[in-house]
Amino acid sequence: MQIYLPIAEVSVNAFLLLGLGGMVGVLSGMFGVGGGFLMTPLLFFIGIPPAVAVATEANQIVASSFSGVLAHLKRRTVDLRMGTVLLVGGLAGAALGVQIFNTLKGMGQVDLLVKLCYVVFLGIIGGLMFIESLRAIRRSRKPGAAPKRRKHNWIHALPFKMKFRTSGLYISVIPPVLVGVFVGMLAAIMGVGGGFVMVPAMIYLLGMPTKVVVGTSLFQIIFVTGFTTLLHATTNQTVDMALAVLLLVGGVVGAQIGTRIGTYLKAEQLRILLALLVLGVCLKLALELLLEPSELYSLAARGGH
Amino acid sequence: MLWRLALVLTGLAAALPGLAVGQAGEQVVAGLSQNRVSITANFDGSEILIFGAVQREAPPPDTGPLEVVIAIAGPPEPVTVRRKSREYGIWVNTDSFVIEDAPSFYAIATSNPIDHVLSGPEDLAHRISIPHAVRSISANAATLKAYAFTSALIRIREEAGLYFTQENSITIREETLFDTSISLPANLTEGIYLARILLTRDRQVVDEYKTVIYVSKVGLERWIFNLAHEQPLIYGVLSLFIAIVAGWGASAVFRYGRF
Repeated sequence: MQIYLPIAEVSVNAFLLLGLGGMVGVLSGMFGVGGGFLMTPLLFFIGIPPAVAVATEANQIVASSFSGVLAHLKRRTVDLRMGTVLLVGGLAGAALGVQIFNTLKGMGQVDLLVKLCYVVFLGIIGGLMFIESLRAIRRSRKPGAAPKRRKHNWIHALPFKMKFRTSGLYISVIPPVLVGVFVGMLAAIMGVGGGFVMVPAMIYLLGMPTKVVVGTSLFQIIFVTGFTTLLHATTNQTVDMALAVLLLVGGVVGAQIGTRIGTYLKAEQLRILLALLVLGVCLKLALELLLEPSELYSLAARGGH
Repeated sequence: MLWRLALVLTGLAAALPGLAVGQAGEQVVAGLSQNRVSITANFDGSEILIFGAVQREAPPPDTGPLEVVIAIAGPPEPVTVRRKSREYGIWVNTDSFVIEDAPSFYAIATSNPIDHVLSGPEDLAHRISIPHAVRSISANAATLKAYAFTSALIRIREEAGLYFTQENSITIREETLFDTSISLPANLTEGIYLARILLTRDRQVVDEYKTVIYVSKVGLERWIFNLAHEQPLIYGVLSLFIAIVAGWGASAVFRYGRF
C-alpha cells in the first residue's frame, strides 16, 4: 500500500515504513539504544529527503524513549537530578546544532556534515565497544583477573560540585553540562538521540553506576529530541507527521519485542553484536564518502529556500 | 445560365479568402479526462487522457501529414544543482549552479519521432523538448558549465521518472481526431500544471491549445501540510503529543498483555 507523505512529498510503501520501524525497534529494545543512528541512514536510503529524515527521526525517538523511560521510572533507575543537569546542556546544544544544520544546509554541505558525524562517532564508539567487549569475554573465561577499581581523575578536581544521590556521586556539574551540550548538538545534526555517545560518557567520564545510566540517558533524550523536533518544525517545517506515526507504530511494538529477546542473551554477547552493527553502519557511510559516487550531481530539495 | 455562373464565381471569390484562412488556421480543440489531480494519502500516480479534434472549414491541405505534440509541465521553480569532487580523499559538494526555471515535472507525447514533427527553430521558440523546457536565464547560460549542470538536472529527473518523452504515443484518426494518455508519477508535487497541445504540419506549428491541470493535496494531506506551514508551533507540539501517547500506549499495552 503506497502512502504519500505530506511533508516529504514522496510516495512510499506504508508496510516498508512499518517494517523498518519494527526492525529498528527490535534492535533498539535488544541493545537499549534509541536506534536513531540506524533509522536515519535507512530513511536516506529509501529516498526521504535528508532534512525531513533528520527532523522526523527526532520526533520518533521521543516516542521510543518515552516508552523506555516509563519502565525505568518504575524500577527507580533514573537519576532525575543528573538528568536535569544533562538536559540544561542538552537544550543549549540542540539550539546550537539546529543553527549549524541550517547554515550548512544553505551552503549545500549538510549531507557531508551528517555523514562525517556518523562515520567519526560510529567509528569511535563501535571500535571502543568492540575492544571492550572482547576484553570482557576474555576476562570472563579467565576468572579472578583484573578487578575493577574506581578511578579518581581530573574530573574530581573541578569546581561547582553537586551531590547526585541516585548515582552515588559528588562531582562538579561542568562535565555533565558539557556532555549534554555535545550530545544535544549531535541530536540536532544527526537526527539521533545520542544515547550511543551519552551512555559511554556517563560510565567512563562521569563514573555513574551502570544500572542508572540507561534510564537517565533516556530521560534526557526525551526532552532534547522533543526540543529538536520543535526547532525543526518551527524553523524548517521538515517534521513529517505521517512518516513519524508509521515509524513509531512499528518502532514501539518492535522495541517491546526486542526487550524480551534481549533478556535471553548475555550482556557481553549483546555488546559485541551492537558493536558490529555500529561498525557496519559506519563502514557503509565511510564507503559512500570515499568511493566515487555513480552520480556526481545532486539537486537541492527546494531551490527557493 | 450565365447569371448562375456569375453567381458561382462571385460566391467562389467570396469564399477564397475564407478558404485561405481555413488552410492556415486549422484549429485544435482538446479536452483532458481530468483538470484536477487530488493528492490523497494513498496517491499512487494518476493517468490523464488527452483527446481532441482538429477544426477546419476546408478539406485538409495536402502539404504534409498532420502531427500532434502534447507537453505537460509542472510549475517552474529555481533549482540548485551541486557537483561533487574529491577533496582530501572524500567526495564533497564543491561546485553549484542555479537553474532559474526548471519545471518540477515534464512529459511530452508525440505522434511521430520528435524531429519528424517539429523543426529545431520551432522547438526552441515554443520550448517543447526537455532541454529547451529547462532553462537558465543568467548571463553565463551559454557556458559549458551551464550545459553540464542542466544536463545533469535532466538526467536525474529522468531517472526519477519526472521528465519523460513518449514518442509515437499519440494516435491520429482521419487527420482529425487524436488521443493519448500520460501517466503522472506518484512523486508529484503540488501546483498548476500547464498542458499544451500543438498541431504541426511540415515540422511547423500550425496551432496551439493551452489548458491547466490543478494538482493539489486534499483531505488529511492538505490539513497536515497547512498546519505545518501556518501553525508550525502547534504542529510541533501535536507531533510530540502523538509521540508521547504512542510511547505510553505501547508500554501500557505490552505490560497489560504480558506478551
